[in-house]
Amino acid sequence: MTRLAQGTPVQELLADDPLWLIIGKVIAIFALLVVMTLFMIWFERRVVARMQHRIGPNRVGPFGMLQSLADGLKLAFKEDIRPVLADKWVYFLAPVISTIPAFLAFAVIPMGPEVSIFGERTALQLVDLPVGVLVVLAVAAVGVYGIVLSGWSSGSPYPLLGSLRSAAQVISYEIAMGLAIVSVVLYSGTLSTAGIVEAQAHGWFFWLLPISFVIYMASMVGETNRAPFDLPEAESELVGGFHTEYSSLKFALFFLSEYINMVTVSALATTLFFGGWRAPWPLSAVGDGVLNTGWWPLLWFLGKTLFFLFVFIWLRGTLPRLRYDQFMRLGWKVLVPVALLWFLAVSTIRALRTTQGITSQQILIVGGILLVALLLVTFLLPDRAVRHEETELPVSGSDYPLPPPDLKVPRTPRVRRELGGRHHREGEGDSVPAAQDTGRTAIGSGPGRKEDGDGTP
Amino acid sequence: MSAMLVHAFTALPLAQQATETITTGETIAFWILGPLAVAGGLGMVFARNAVHSALWLALSMLSLGVLYMAQRAPFLGVVQIIVYTGAIMMLFLFVLMLVGRDSSDSVVEVLRGQRLAAAVLGLGFAGLMAGGLARALVGVQAVGLAHVNAGDGNVVNLGRLIFTDYLFPFELTSALLITAAVGAMVLAFTDKRRGTRRTQRELAEARFRGEYERPSPLPGPGVYATANSVATPALLPDGSIAPESLSEIIESTTREALAGDIAEVRGEVPGPDAHALAPHEHETPEETSGGGSGEAQPPGHTNNGHGSTHPAADPDDARETRETTSTSDDAESAHTARSSEARR
Repeated sequence: MTRLAQGTPVQELLADDPLWLIIGKVIAIFALLVVMTLFMIWFERRVVARMQHRIGPNRVGPFGMLQSLADGLKLAFKEDIRPVLADKWVYFLAPVISTIPAFLAFAVIPMGPEVSIFGERTALQLVDLPVGVLVVLAVAAVGVYGIVLSGWSSGSPYPLLGSLRSAAQVISYEIAMGLAIVSVVLYSGTLSTAGIVEAQAHGWFFWLLPISFVIYMASMVGETNRAPFDLPEAESELVGGFHTEYSSLKFALFFLSEYINMVTVSALATTLFFGGWRAPWPLSAVGDGVLNTGWWPLLWFLGKTLFFLFVFIWLRGTLPRLRYDQFMRLGWKVLVPVALLWFLAVSTIRALRTTQGITSQQILIVGGILLVALLLVTFLLPDRAVRHEETELPVSGSDYPLPPPDLKVPRTPRVRRELGGRHHREGEGDSVPAAQDTGRTAIGSGPGRKEDGDGTP
Repeated sequence: MSAMLVHAFTALPLAQQATETITTGETIAFWILGPLAVAGGLGMVFARNAVHSALWLALSMLSLGVLYMAQRAPFLGVVQIIVYTGAIMMLFLFVLMLVGRDSSDSVVEVLRGQRLAAAVLGLGFAGLMAGGLARALVGVQAVGLAHVNAGDGNVVNLGRLIFTDYLFPFELTSALLITAAVGAMVLAFTDKRRGTRRTQRELAEARFRGEYERPSPLPGPGVYATANSVATPALLPDGSIAPESLSEIIESTTREALAGDIAEVRGEVPGPDAHALAPHEHETPEETSGGGSGEAQPPGHTNNGHGSTHPAADPDDARETRETTSTSDDAESAHTARSSEARR
């Protein structure tokens, strides 16, 4: 709250960056994101393979690390096809619209503190805006256009359905994400990403706002359309989702933007809850915080981001895909209300602390008492009466209802019956007409009914 | 555009220090974004496709948002992009996409005198706009945001104003929005009462109790190497046609067309007779008409899955068929590529 009109120290540091440094940073961020994408594709395949007792790609390069590069090159040389019914310009623009915002969002992520690049003092961040966190949200909102337009412009039903799903998903999970971020902003007192990292010097917000963190984690997976929330491209339902009709480089752009979005939301999670570039606890005490200066923080930042990216892969390897209505219920009926309640609690506690001078110890004691009282109340509540249904059907061992004992078995097909009839006629069986009668009532108006009347003596 | 954006952003803190002069960065930003915004507005009016119109409008809003940011109102700019471009235009797009790409505007005048009133109001609005613009250009002295942004900066000052001086209008606006949202929900969910829907388990039990016609769904159509059309009937284990798998609404597989087939499978067509030189004499008249002539086709032959019985007869149709095949191939290859790259 001690900011002046001139902005935070980081903003002042960045303000006098020469043009070559800005261009250099832009290129560095671009390269980092592309390399991260290539790495992530390989990493994901290897990790998921390990989780499924497979080996994964191991042919191209050491440990198969160049596999994604080879795949990317192959994609670039594939034929670029545009469907006849596609809307020419929008079809072309959609992948571009979804890729550019993905790159843009990373501009506000702080990757390190003050460093010296060729004698120029600067921070490892492209820009530090007073509205940094909101920029990420705004850019994500523009990115949705890419998905929606790709689905619409393909002129094909599956992509359209996929894009509608995707847009609904991203918009509804952005609300939960925004509400989770609000608590962080409340505690840090600023929207600037560098300011938020600065506010976590004495403790990460992960410890202070665990519920916000959980909500953010859930909504970031939903926002990036990743498993178990990958409904827009649900292979078993929608072929490939919004990019079904895309091929070659345009498809590669969608792929790129998906992975960059993953990296961006992971980096934002690091910034908001895991202390950004700050070293984790035992390391932060080493040598009076020497590991929090210079180029070291870049390592911690990348490490934390990679941890979140691993969580993405872990989730994908573990959880099955949700059904669409379950997913929407989770978003609107669980995440959003919980986020609102949590924000209410956080702001109440904060208001009490600032105005009444209540210490955190008192708050913890009161909270503990409330929790115990709540537990007591839940113990005192009577159990719900167990339902007894007389009409309940008999159930087999696997919980499937058994068929009723008087189930009418359909008549056996004609050929077999004919053979059986002949057999019986040769002996002297009179049971055949009876069986035919029951069969006829069971099947109603079968196609062979007329012939039956003629055929059977 | 991104590089320009970045430049405008980095020019911000500098701009805050400057006084009332317009910086170079701001000038550049204006001369790029201004024409873009105007082009967006014109494009919106003149585009023939409704979705294209919406996209032009989104471009206009986006340029305005960036323009706000370049003019020291970063919060307003970002909120403009989040709310207008991200939420409201997205809703527009949703509706347009659901309505369909080919729906054209109706030119019938529904309300009497609607066009006249619209013209009058439009002219009036244009006059107001022109007047306001003229006054802004001549009479109003530009103050700039330096004074407003002084102290704690744009965001903090704005927040303070909203939650102190303008608290009541702010709350009033949110109450209005909530009312609208709740109203929309009430209108949309009128006839869905709670508890009327059966669970999956209850449904299964009801089926076995006999509340439905049969416990299982109807058999699907036949899927064979030769055909996967819905018009292909499924076969029972003995080779006869499952009658329930025949659709009543698909004409190409009426029972009459398949009568010969059925008879053959049933063994009603007499097999080759070693003693006879000519085909069998004692045929029922039904079978002569059905199985004997070329009327009955094998099940997979009737429909080739694209609705056209003779692909070569209609060149347009044939082209379309080929296109469809190629795109689906493409989708499949793209899908496979995707699968092999990450999904495996």
